[in-house]
Amino acid sequence: MGIDLPLIWAIIIIFGIMMYVIMDGFDLGIGILFPFIKGESDRDVMMNTVAPVWDGNETWLVLGGAALFGAFPLAYAVVLSALYLPLILMLLGLIFRGVAFEFRFKARPEKRHIWDKSFIGGSLVATFFQGVALGAFIDGIPVVNREYAGGGMDWLSPFTVFCGLALIVAYALLGCTWLIMKTQGDLQQQMHKLGRPLALAVLVLMGIVSLWTPLAHSEIAARWFTLPNLFWFLPVPILVLLTMFGLFKAIARNANYTPFLLTLVLIFLGYSGLGISLWPYIIPPSITIWEAAAPPQSQGFMLVGTLFIIPFILGYTFWSYYVFRGKVTHEDGYH
Amino acid sequence: MFGLEALDLARIQFAFTVSFHIIFPAITIGLASYLMVLEGMWLKTREDTYRDLYHFWSKIFAVNFGMGVVSGLVMAYQFGTNWSRFSDFAGAVTGPLLTYEVLTAFFLEAGFLGVMLFGWNRVGRGMHMFSTVMVALGTLVSTFWILASNSWMQTPQGFEIIDGRVIPVDWLAVIFNPSFPYRLAHMATAAFLATAFFVGASAAWHLLRGRNTPAIRRMLSMAMWMALVVAPVQAFIGDAHGLNTLEYQPVKIAAIEGHWENKPGEASPLILFGIPNMKTETTDYKIEVPYLGSLILTHSLDKQIPAMKDFPAADRPNSTIVFFTFRIMVALGMLMIFIGLWSLWLRKTGTLYENRWFLRLVLWMGPSGLVAILMGWFTTEIGRQPWVVYGLMRTADASSNHSVTQMSITLVLFVLVYFALFGVGLGYMMRLVRKGPITHEGDTHNEGGPGQPRTPARPLSAAHEGTDEGHSDSLTKGN
Repeated sequence: MGIDLPLIWAIIIIFGIMMYVIMDGFDLGIGILFPFIKGESDRDVMMNTVAPVWDGNETWLVLGGAALFGAFPLAYAVVLSALYLPLILMLLGLIFRGVAFEFRFKARPEKRHIWDKSFIGGSLVATFFQGVALGAFIDGIPVVNREYAGGGMDWLSPFTVFCGLALIVAYALLGCTWLIMKTQGDLQQQMHKLGRPLALAVLVLMGIVSLWTPLAHSEIAARWFTLPNLFWFLPVPILVLLTMFGLFKAIARNANYTPFLLTLVLIFLGYSGLGISLWPYIIPPSITIWEAAAPPQSQGFMLVGTLFIIPFILGYTFWSYYVFRGKVTHEDGYH
Repeated sequence: MFGLEALDLARIQFAFTVSFHIIFPAITIGLASYLMVLEGMWLKTREDTYRDLYHFWSKIFAVNFGMGVVSGLVMAYQFGTNWSRFSDFAGAVTGPLLTYEVLTAFFLEAGFLGVMLFGWNRVGRGMHMFSTVMVALGTLVSTFWILASNSWMQTPQGFEIIDGRVIPVDWLAVIFNPSFPYRLAHMATAAFLATAFFVGASAAWHLLRGRNTPAIRRMLSMAMWMALVVAPVQAFIGDAHGLNTLEYQPVKIAAIEGHWENKPGEASPLILFGIPNMKTETTDYKIEVPYLGSLILTHSLDKQIPAMKDFPAADRPNSTIVFFTFRIMVALGMLMIFIGLWSLWLRKTGTLYENRWFLRLVLWMGPSGLVAILMGWFTTEIGRQPWVVYGLMRTADASSNHSVTQMSITLVLFVLVYFALFGVGLGYMMRLVRKGPITHEGDTHNEGGPGQPRTPARPLSAAHEGTDEGHSDSLTKGN
C-alpha cells in the first residue's frame, strides 16, 4: 500500500486550521476584550502586543483555504458555497478588524474612536461567523451530484448561533490570557480579574456544545458513547476538566505564562473532540476525505513543497515572536 | 437586481473585488523592492537621505500592505464561495498553485514584515536588511505563482480531463505554460513602473510646493531613471506578449483591434479609433491605417491578422470594451516613455527639479501605472471570455448556485465596505505622502528601547509621527 495522501493532507489542514484558531484566536480575542478596557493608552498596549504578528497569524487562514482548494477541491467548492453568507460576513469582519491595526494609529485623535469600533465590531463579527460556520459544518452539508444541495440560509439555526456566541467567549479567554502574558500593571490586573469568569463561561459553553452535538446527531453520539470507543475518548473530557482546574489555580496565583499555555491546551482538546466527532468526513455527514481528494498528482506535488517549507515557516515565525518577546508597556517609545 | 442574473452579479463581484485588490499588491511589489534598494544603498553609502527615504516609504508601505492582506483574503475564498463549479473542475491545478503561493510567499512576507516595520532597533542592521529582502522576495514569488495560475487558465496545458475534471499530468508544463513568461514579465514590470510613477508624483508634489530637499530630489531622480529605462522595456515585453496572444488566443487580438473581417489577399489595417459594435458586427466611425495591423502583428505586409468573424459568435469576447481598455493602456505607456525621455533632457540641462510643466505632468501621472495595470487586466480578462479556463470551461458554467438576492446583498456589502474602508486607507496613504520624508528619522528614537527585552512598538510605528500633520507629534510622542 502506498502513502495515504488524503490522510496526510487532512492532517496538514487540521494542523493549519488549529494554528489559525490559536494564533488569530488571541488577536480576535483582543478585539473582543476592547470594550472592557476604556483607557486609550491601555488599548494602544493591547493592540501593540499583536501588531507585529497578526498578519502572519491570519496567513494560516489563507493556508487553510488554499490547501483545501488544492487537496480537496470538492470540499472547498461545496463547503464554501454552503457557508456563503457566514463566510463573506466573516471576511468583511476581518477587513474591518485588519485595517483598524493600521488606521487607528494614523487617524487624527478625535477620529480614533471610529477605528476602535471597527476593531471591536470586526473582531466580534468575524469570530461569531467563524463559530456559525463551524456549527453549520457540524450540522452537515447536503451534497447532490457534487454540488451543494441545500438552501442559502440553511446555516442559520439555534445551534449555529450558539456556536458563534461560544466561540466569542473562547477567543476572549485566549485574548485575555495572552494579555496576562504580554502586559503588566493595571492592565494585567484587569485581565486577571476577567480570566476567572471567562474560563468559567468557556467551561459551561464547552459542556453545552459537547452535549448538544451528540443529542442532535445520533451518529456522533454513537461514536462517543459505544464501547470500547468511550474508553479511548474518555481522556478528552477528563483532560479538559484537569486543564480547567489548572487554569483557575494559575489565574488565582497571578501567574504570567501558565494561563495562556493552559488555554492553548484547552482549545486543543476542544478541537480534538470536534475531530473525533467528525472524522473522517470532510463534508459531514456523507463525504469522506478520500472521496473529496484531489488526484494524487496534485496532492503529491503539494506535499513535497509543504513538508519542506513548513519547518522554515515555523522557524521564522518563532523568530519573529522571539524578536518581539517580553512585556509591552506604556513606556515603550512606540510613538 | 437591475435585471441582472446571479451569474452577472458573481462576475461583477469578482471583477470589483479583484480590481480593488490588485492596486495594493502592485504597489506592494514595487515599494518592497524600492525599500530594499534604499536600505541597501544606505548600508553601502551611509548617506542619510536613503535612510530617511526608507523610513518615509515604509510607513506608506505598511498601510498599503495591510489593505492588500485583507482584500487578498477575500480572493482566496471567493473561488469556493462564488465559483464552486470552477473550483471542482480545475481545483486540482489551481489549488496547488495557490497553496504554493501561500507557503512560499505569503508566509515569507508576513513573517518578516513585523521585523521590517518595527524591528529597526530590535535587530542588527544585517538582520533588518535581510528581513526587507525577504519581504521583497515574497512579493515577487507571490507574483510568480498567481500569474502561473492565471496564465494556465488562459493557455492551459500539461493536463488531461478525466470524469469531467482536470487532472494535472506535467507540473512543469502547467506552470510554464505558453503565456506565463510574458504575463509574469509584463505584470512585474508594470508593478515597478506603477510604483515609480507613484513615487515620482509624490516628489513632484513636494517640489511644486517648494520643498526642494535632497531626499525629495533623490525620489524624483530614482523614479525618472526607472521611467527612462523600464517604460521602453515594458513596451517591448508588451509587444512580445501581444504576439503570444496572437498565437494562442487569436480572437482576443481580433477583439482588441476591433477587426471584424479580412478581405481576401489584402493586408489587415490597424484601426486607430472607432467604436466596435457587437450587434452589427462592425466597428463604427473607424479611422484606420492600411497595412499597419499586419505590420505590427505579423511583421509582414501580406499576412492577415485574425478577424472576429472567423470565430463563432458564441466564442467572441466583447470588442467594444477591450478595444478601449487596450488603447488606454498603450497610450499611458507611450506617455511614460515620453516622460522618461523628457526627464533625461531636463537632467542634461539641469532643470529636472525646477521645470514646472514637467513636474505638473509627473504629478498627474501618479496613478497612471495603476490605471494602466487595470486596463491591461480588463483587456486580457474580458478578452478571454466567454471562457474561464480557455477552451475548456465557460464562465457561465463555473459559478456557484446562489440566488440573485444573496448575490445582490453581498455585492452591495463589498462595494460599500471597499469604498469606505479602502477609500479612507488611500486617504491616509496620501496624507503620509504629503507629510514628506523626515531628516534623521530613527536616530534618537527607539522602539522598545535598545537592549531592553521589550516588545515594540506599535505596528505602524513608522507611521507614528502620524498623518495628523502637526498635533499628533507632540501627542503621540508624549505617550
